Amino acid sequence: MRSRGFIKFFSVVLIAAIVAYVAFFGINVGNYSISPVQKHIRLGLDLRGGVYVLLEAQGDITQDAIDKAIAVIKNRVDALGVTQPVIAQQGSNRIRVELPGMKDPDKAIEIIGKTAQLKFVGPDGQVILTGANVKDSKAVYGQSQTGVQQPEVTLVLDAEGTKKFAEATQKFIEQPIAILLDDKVISAPTVQNVITNGNAVITGLKDFQEASELATLIRAGSLPVTLKPIAYSSVGATLGPSAYNASVKAGIYGVLLILLFMAVFYRLPGVMADIALLIYILIDLIIYALFNITLDLPGIAGFLLSIGMAVDANVLIFERFKEELWAGKSIRAALEAGFARAFRAIFDANMTTIIGAIILFYMGSGNVKGFALTLLIGVISSLFTAITVTRFLLLALVDLDLTRNIKFYGA
Amino acid sequence: MNQHRFHIDVIGKTKIWFAISGIVILIGVIAMFVNGFNWGIDFTGGTIMEFQIGKSFDTADIIKILNNYKVKDFQVQKIGTKGDTVSIKTSPISNETRLSIIKDIESKYNLTENDLIMSQQVGPSLGAEIKFGMIRALLLASAVMFIYLGFRFEFEMSGAAVIALLHDVIILISIYAIFHITVNAPFIAAVLTVFGYSVNATVVIFDRIRDNLKIMRRSDYAKIANVSVNQTLTRSINTTLTTLIMLVLMYFLGPNALKDFALPLLIGIISGTYSSIFISTPLWVLIKNREKRRKTSNKPIKA
Repeated sequence: MRSRGFIKFFSVVLIAAIVAYVAFFGINVGNYSISPVQKHIRLGLDLRGGVYVLLEAQGDITQDAIDKAIAVIKNRVDALGVTQPVIAQQGSNRIRVELPGMKDPDKAIEIIGKTAQLKFVGPDGQVILTGANVKDSKAVYGQSQTGVQQPEVTLVLDAEGTKKFAEATQKFIEQPIAILLDDKVISAPTVQNVITNGNAVITGLKDFQEASELATLIRAGSLPVTLKPIAYSSVGATLGPSAYNASVKAGIYGVLLILLFMAVFYRLPGVMADIALLIYILIDLIIYALFNITLDLPGIAGFLLSIGMAVDANVLIFERFKEELWAGKSIRAALEAGFARAFRAIFDANMTTIIGAIILFYMGSGNVKGFALTLLIGVISSLFTAITVTRFLLLALVDLDLTRNIKFYGA
Repeated sequence: MNQHRFHIDVIGKTKIWFAISGIVILIGVIAMFVNGFNWGIDFTGGTIMEFQIGKSFDTADIIKILNNYKVKDFQVQKIGTKGDTVSIKTSPISNETRLSIIKDIESKYNLTENDLIMSQQVGPSLGAEIKFGMIRALLLASAVMFIYLGFRFEFEMSGAAVIALLHDVIILISIYAIFHITVNAPFIAAVLTVFGYSVNATVVIFDRIRDNLKIMRRSDYAKIANVSVNQTLTRSINTTLTTLIMLVLMYFLGPNALKDFALPLLIGIISGTYSSIFISTPLWVLIKNREKRRKTSNKPIKA
């Protein structure tokens, strides 16, 4: 029995230690490599500094209008060279833009919020058409001269545009005409025929995806959407890291105090709960890394709160366990009974927290979603560690049979 | 050996517990009417700017700059451990005004754009949306909790639990009104978390009552409730303690964004633990006894 307990206990500790090592330092074995979790957990703007802007599309808003606006913003942000930007639709008529590393919110708003400018420019640098001349643009499948299906972008021009374009295609035949959106070249097709009917086709696109992106950008420039910034924030490069360090410090001291409290109050089972708590923290961090979760300050708040709440299941089990010991049961029997009796309370108690967190995640405003998400992940993974890891460790402890004095079991 | 360490007569003093909560809520309601709430920028809309000036300065100079642009409703505060950083909060202002203010402050103290360490602007329309969203979320959460507990336990218990959790939310709101603490978006997240936590604490006691109802068939509801509360008291205290340890450290060591979460959670979790013992359990006894009386009085009495 003792050796079995010993093997159980040390196998858990060893596996946890290996996983922790790989998680924090990464590993390279042959062709396989796992990089450390820190590299996979994205930090929010409030932790690494940057600009956040929430834009609202004005006027008659269709999904196509929002798609066009997002395409335009992506096009502009690409030109800024910002790493890992976020450009996402929020609700029906809003766009959230996050630009890590940017300092000046006003510059960001000016760049991403200005009205799109579409131009067709000839090889001589003269403007042939503007966005106002383009009536529509679509991505379609057409047939090449050899009869193969290929993606194409169609252009429909207005009367003035048709006339100008006819002149230009005559003048620049076999030469490229550049299409510029906000002064960035988005396409430069070569003129193959003189186009007099105002219906042009751009060919030579890689795939349908590329064609549809190009058509969206052209439409965006022809019928621009007006965007109004309704909220923004910017965090300097120094404030973010100092907030991060302060949060980590609070977290580490909190964990140490909880570990101490559990060990002092519950003795041997408390030490097992401590090991389980450390494994729990590890599991959470690995989940954040696996799902590429962005950790912002609200997310850290949810994570730290969930650590404080994670030992609850253990406390419930240990209290029941003590009662069974007082009732005169053997340590093993008391443990089995404690688990069985505490389980229903643990399940129902966690479900209520899960319900609260899910509602908050779906109905809360953008700046509290991170909190709801880490809290939700925390509650679910703490439920898992309590009924697997803690249970396994406690059974190992019973097998180890270190002492039969129930005082060492917190009773 | 004893079944449990505590022998507190919770049910016998029901009136005292209800009175304590009643007084806090009464003061809170008065404060809500007299003081109102201190709505933060997330709700009112407005601008926050923080400049690291890097040396001692006089807030009066900054107020003068704001007055030059006729800014209404502003707050100028020294912050940071060295007191060399200024936080300026204003009502919504135009972009041009804001840029002019930034330029004036930068030139007055010889600052670069890096010294504007934080700036935030929220449009006034978002606030109403967040408030409305909060009320919807709270109603939905109450309904879901009531139904869940009704099926898992009994509707007398879920009714008592939901009243206790509304109690916690009212206490939390009351304290924010009494002390005029700034209410921002994290407050709403905290309220919903307190929802979960409060019911969580109650569930553990009700789970014990559920067990004890089977074991103590001859005892009355008050006795069963008292025993159950005392049996679970160590758990209630210890779980609250470990959570409070984390929240207290978040509040005292963490950055402002963490404090905004930690403070309402601290208040709500203390209230949630209190209400699970002193409000929801006595309420359950009241509801049960009332039912019993109604049933017995309806029965025909045989001589």
